[in-house]
Amino acid sequence: MSEDTGLFGAEGTGDTSGYGGLVRAKANLGSSERPFGSYFDEIADEIEKAFPEFNEAIEKIVVDRGELTLHIKSEKLVEVAKILRDRETLRFEVCLGLNGVHYPEDTGRELHAVYALLSMTHNRRLRIEVSVPESDPKIPSLVEVWAGTNWHEREAYDMFGIIFVGHPALTRILMPDDWPGHPQRKDYPLGGIPVEYIGATIPAPDNRRSYR
Amino acid sequence: MSTYASSRETTEGTVYSVTGGDWESVSQEIGSAKEERVVLNMGPQHPSTHGVLRLMLELEGETITELRCGIGYLHTGIEKNMEYRSWTQGVTFVTRMDYLSPLFNETVYCLGVEKLLGITEDLPERATVIRVLMMELNRISSHMVALGTGALELGAMAPMFFTFREREKVLEIFEQVTGLRMNMAYIRPGGVAQDLPEAMTGQIRTLVKDLRKNFKDNATLLVGNSIWMKRTKDIGYLDLAGCITLGVTGPVLRATGMPWDLRKTEPYCGYENYDFDVITADTSDVYGRFLIRMQELEQSLRIIEQCCDKLDKSEGAPVMVADKKIAWPAQLSIGSDGVGNSLDHIRQIMGTSMESLIHHFKLVTEGFRVPAGQVYTAVESPRGELGAHIVSDGGTRPYRVHFRAPSFSNLQSTSAMCEGSLIADVVGAVASIDPVMGDVDR
Repeated sequence: MSEDTGLFGAEGTGDTSGYGGLVRAKANLGSSERPFGSYFDEIADEIEKAFPEFNEAIEKIVVDRGELTLHIKSEKLVEVAKILRDRETLRFEVCLGLNGVHYPEDTGRELHAVYALLSMTHNRRLRIEVSVPESDPKIPSLVEVWAGTNWHEREAYDMFGIIFVGHPALTRILMPDDWPGHPQRKDYPLGGIPVEYIGATIPAPDNRRSYR
Repeated sequence: MSTYASSRETTEGTVYSVTGGDWESVSQEIGSAKEERVVLNMGPQHPSTHGVLRLMLELEGETITELRCGIGYLHTGIEKNMEYRSWTQGVTFVTRMDYLSPLFNETVYCLGVEKLLGITEDLPERATVIRVLMMELNRISSHMVALGTGALELGAMAPMFFTFREREKVLEIFEQVTGLRMNMAYIRPGGVAQDLPEAMTGQIRTLVKDLRKNFKDNATLLVGNSIWMKRTKDIGYLDLAGCITLGVTGPVLRATGMPWDLRKTEPYCGYENYDFDVITADTSDVYGRFLIRMQELEQSLRIIEQCCDKLDKSEGAPVMVADKKIAWPAQLSIGSDGVGNSLDHIRQIMGTSMESLIHHFKLVTEGFRVPAGQVYTAVESPRGELGAHIVSDGGTRPYRVHFRAPSFSNLQSTSAMCEGSLIADVVGAVASIDPVMGDVDR
């Protein structure tokens, strides 16, 4: 649970808007409770059959806004992926792609890789989320399970520095080969330049007074 | 020996660097070598690679043994930039990704934001119908480019003149509705920026008639033309299994006989209320993909006609959610210098209501907050499944937005389509994927 104070992000200055005392609690999604509804229980059942101990492979199951997210332990990812792809009742034969999300405040699990799966057989969707620490950002590659994740893993490596172990050629894909750093991380600056007008200068987008 | 081409010895044998104008001397020298392996760089500036796409071909004679794509030349950091702007400003960025189908980018992003806000059900019917109308018009203009440039890249000049003529007519409609031909930022979270101008549906109906006739003429330029048929039939083969494992969607997938179209399988924007068919082919080749695009034009026209009927009935209904905390405050109107705030609205906020002015200012500068969470929304763009993965931390700006670009995923299949075929077929295969590099690189 983290908190945000103020409306304009101003600190230590007089906020005359009257909203300076507002405190907003950020939502922290915990694991959802059964029944999940829709086809979500069926998917959870199947995975539980394969891994009788709940927390053997799954960290938590979140159902939010009609979407199911499975948080999978990275060491079990390939195993779970193969089950999701091959079991007749699951058949997630398409991995639409994956992308990283950087949560610097989520200590010990800063980098998340989020996979979007689609089952054309059953017309179902599923999201897998794997989190790893920034200090050791290694996730097993899923190229052998879904060949199409090849470029997506390269993009996540390029943008977030997540290392996909077992990828056939994990190189940068969008940025030049010799680019330093991983641009989509939260601590990487946007690198904007101020906009100049006659008689006034507007700071770069990342340096403007921000509303949080 | 060679006058221009320099050669050097490597562990893999003699490597010649060819820069053009020196082919004769190179072929003389290579002719005596035992092995003949050429690495050819095609693009990123090349008239036939469909944009700033670089292809690295490894050839044996004219046969491709290995193909690799080099992308990233149009990477603009749209996803990163969006983290520094309000939710509404994000529309201006996403519209520039796939610049041939901007309205699909806007729709998928807005559907995601609306899902996060939990206002999907509150959207006015008229706004949704306008979105569908605009998307289907956009599908036509996008397919026109795919067909025109596709034929052009294969050496047929005339089809492009005709397809671009039709495209122009669609873009004129866009200009009248949104003020811009491309990158219009017209679809906004909560609805659309403004209602259709007066008598628009009549104009669109005339356009539909016009296009329907011209599409038939255009198709006869290509289908049955023996040169075009030879350049497309059995070229760039990719079957269903290949498509599935590579995550390929859109016309390329439907050309394998799989009737997968999100408008039918997972209807959004009320597509379940429209009467249209999913077009498939069973050839799995370049020809099938182009044929699908040609026939999809007619299906889009059918949907547009149904949209016009619905719009005539809902004349004057709202096109933005009623919640003033989200709805863009200004009523826009087209003045002498383009689209801007309507004078009525300015008169009201400046002259009569201080609260309106404050509200307008707050909503425009600060924007609205979106409850924390993440969603994935998808629409069927002309190129396949366009998905948006949007993460909010509860603030006025996106925490992370990622687009699952169909061009990006589909372009991956180039190697599978081309390895083992001739150089000339690469052009047809890439054109049949119809990648938009703005979408690939974002």
